[in-house]
Amino acid sequence: MILRLGLSPRMLHTSDIRPGQSARLLQVGGERSFRRRLMELGFLPGTSVRLVRRVAVGDLVEFEVRGGHISLRASEAVALVFESSR
Amino acid sequence: MSAKSPAAPAAGPRTPLVAVAGNPNTGKTTLFNRLTGSDQKVANYPGVTVDRHAGHMRLPGGLDISVLDVPGTYSLSARSREEEIAIQSIAGLGGEAPPDLVVLVVDATQLSRNLYMALQILELEVPLVVALNMTDVLESRSESIDAEALARELGVPVVSISALKGAGIQELERSIERTLTNPKTALPGPRWTPESTELRADLDRIADSMPPDWIRGSPTRARALAAWALLSVDAPDELHGVPDAVRRLALERRARAAADGRQVDAEIIRGRYDWIDSRMGTFVRPSRRGRERSERADTVLLNPWLGFPIFLATMSVVFLALFSWSEPAIHAIESTFGWVSDLVRGAMGPSIARDFVTEGLIAGVGSVVVFLPQILLLFLFIGVLEDTGYMARVACLMDRIMRSMGLNGRAFVPMLSGYACAVPAILATRTMERQRDRTLTMMVIPLMTCSARLPVYTLVIGALFPPTMLLGFAPVQSLLLVLMYLFSTVLALIVAAVLSRTMLKAPSVPLILEMPPYRMPHWPSVLRQMVQKSRAFLSEAGSVILLCTIALWGLLSFPKDPGLEARRDVLAAQVATLEAEASTPDAQARLDVIAAEQADIAGQQLRSSYAGRLGHAIEPTIEPLGFDWKIGVGLIGAFAAREVFVATMGVVYGIGDADEESATLRDQIHKEKRANGEPVYTPLVGLSLMVFFALACQCMSTLAAVRRETKSWAWVAFLFAYMTALAWVASFVVYQGGRLAGL
Repeated sequence: MILRLGLSPRMLHTSDIRPGQSARLLQVGGERSFRRRLMELGFLPGTSVRLVRRVAVGDLVEFEVRGGHISLRASEAVALVFESSR
Repeated sequence: MSAKSPAAPAAGPRTPLVAVAGNPNTGKTTLFNRLTGSDQKVANYPGVTVDRHAGHMRLPGGLDISVLDVPGTYSLSARSREEEIAIQSIAGLGGEAPPDLVVLVVDATQLSRNLYMALQILELEVPLVVALNMTDVLESRSESIDAEALARELGVPVVSISALKGAGIQELERSIERTLTNPKTALPGPRWTPESTELRADLDRIADSMPPDWIRGSPTRARALAAWALLSVDAPDELHGVPDAVRRLALERRARAAADGRQVDAEIIRGRYDWIDSRMGTFVRPSRRGRERSERADTVLLNPWLGFPIFLATMSVVFLALFSWSEPAIHAIESTFGWVSDLVRGAMGPSIARDFVTEGLIAGVGSVVVFLPQILLLFLFIGVLEDTGYMARVACLMDRIMRSMGLNGRAFVPMLSGYACAVPAILATRTMERQRDRTLTMMVIPLMTCSARLPVYTLVIGALFPPTMLLGFAPVQSLLLVLMYLFSTVLALIVAAVLSRTMLKAPSVPLILEMPPYRMPHWPSVLRQMVQKSRAFLSEAGSVILLCTIALWGLLSFPKDPGLEARRDVLAAQVATLEAEASTPDAQARLDVIAAEQADIAGQQLRSSYAGRLGHAIEPTIEPLGFDWKIGVGLIGAFAAREVFVATMGVVYGIGDADEESATLRDQIHKEKRANGEPVYTPLVGLSLMVFFALACQCMSTLAAVRRETKSWAWVAFLFAYMTALAWVASFVVYQGGRLAGL
């Protein structure tokens, strides 16, 4: 199933999402302990996540998930793959 | 863990233990402070540098309980030894006493994420009371939580509180009391149990391998700990308390599951969240308004153009306040100690004992206490920045710079603290997760311009550089001071960058930074933190500085030359008689002659003292930097604490009580000549001296703190060696380079 989605054109990366826009998570990747931590914070596939802002100075991205606001480095947020709403 | 865990709790009545747990930023510490008041003790978790806050309180019905503040975590899963504390405190492992009850502080505005930890605790079969905090914030968003429905679904008491305003605390205390007398009402058993037979087989297999103190006769608890191990154990992790069999099986089972295409992590986490999500609708009546005010504030404070300037402005205000507000207090402390010293000197006859008390003991205590105003203020500012939520934004803004040095944004607070004093700054590295990150930060903190360097800079700049304006508007003296701050900061960054690419090379760890909403600080908590950190400074640094000052006094005063001593007593007697006479011009002239001879005796005494001999011994090594043996004596003195340099130079030049503003000391420095008649102190020597002070590791208490935090003498030795070498080379380059340039 993951393979099929991997080829799907409906995948979005963090860089494709505008600030203020929400998207549904499709996959959580990255190194195991990072992935586990993200999932425990609520970044689970199927969850709706809002990209709050990009912090240009620090090169971070702020997400809202389950009422909490979490910032990740833009380079590390590539672990999150979203589903296009259309 | 099994080997060193304590015996089962003693039979008979003992004080029940209540652990306060919760996610970071939920108001957990505020609640802990409310419950225990001032009845608190800060200690250390064994083997880990994490503060362990514990306290006592009496419940409304008269029951006395112990309260433990469990460090804030999002989950009980762990990878590092620090994170391991949460599971150990709640499950009663690794030498921690098992709590009779856990109070979980839950942020009502982030209910589902906070309930995740509630499920983990319930799986462990520990009685649980949920303190639902920040319901007032929720109400202001016209949202609400049905606490009764939540209590029904979780099967444990739920009490709405506002830790900040103190609402609902009595209710919570009564609930704690009821639950302690009847724990069954808060032990509903696990809410989530694995559905898949494969996962159940994994958990059972791992549970079978557990030692008895992990299982405690409960198969449910054993399965919960198995799930914990399955999520936590990693091939490279820093966990210490996991039995080998458990570790091996967890790794093996996870690998086997992965080979079958199963992700056990996701399965467990998803299972818990599915339980929560399917019931959220029954607890919460949402209205999607979110935290608009905080977000609006962040559009300014994290703005690409304004964010950084605002941050710099905030830091400038903090530093200006740090120096200008502390000044009156510092002066008051100095004059108080001077007054006490004079009082003692008047009361005791001239003797070695008197010198020891005034020059060793009182001066030593004074040189410790004089740092307190700046340290108190710095921790006040840090506390406010943290409590309002701005510090998370600072970590955001600083992350890119910190990353280039192999650190993350969290290293900023400790580095900032280093500008006041390295000792509390080194203690502040505990907020970082990895030991390697903490070590790296500790290796550069002592380069930050701490407040003890300031008196030295003030003395040198005041004595050797003209109070003129550069280009007609920029005061040379202030400019030099700013330059010294910039110099040390840039050097610290360079050293960190080099170390992170060589000795402390490590893969960069992904950053996960929570951005809490902005709120007003809880003043009692801020003040308590300020006092606790300052106390840590007094006990850590204070004792070392005091001991060194006393040792230094000994080095400067011994051995005594009987002939000089006798002559000194004669002169003192003459002064007394002359002062008793009317202040005739003749008496005044004779007094001046005697004063000159007294200074000469002091100089001779110094030369023959142990410190003087040491100064002579090291003179060849510091001569290329432009320093003579007298400066050498000052440098030796500065190893106790840098600002002791000023007082030591006062002794060296035979000036009684000298401080950095002292005109006589400045004068003496100005006049001091070498044997060939050249002045000892030129602006170039001054610059070389300041560079040396900026870089050399002349602080025993810093070394003691690093030893305590790293538990390694090797790092202490490295820190001392690299800083001293760096200082010597830099001063050499400055002095010899300056000479070549004809300065």
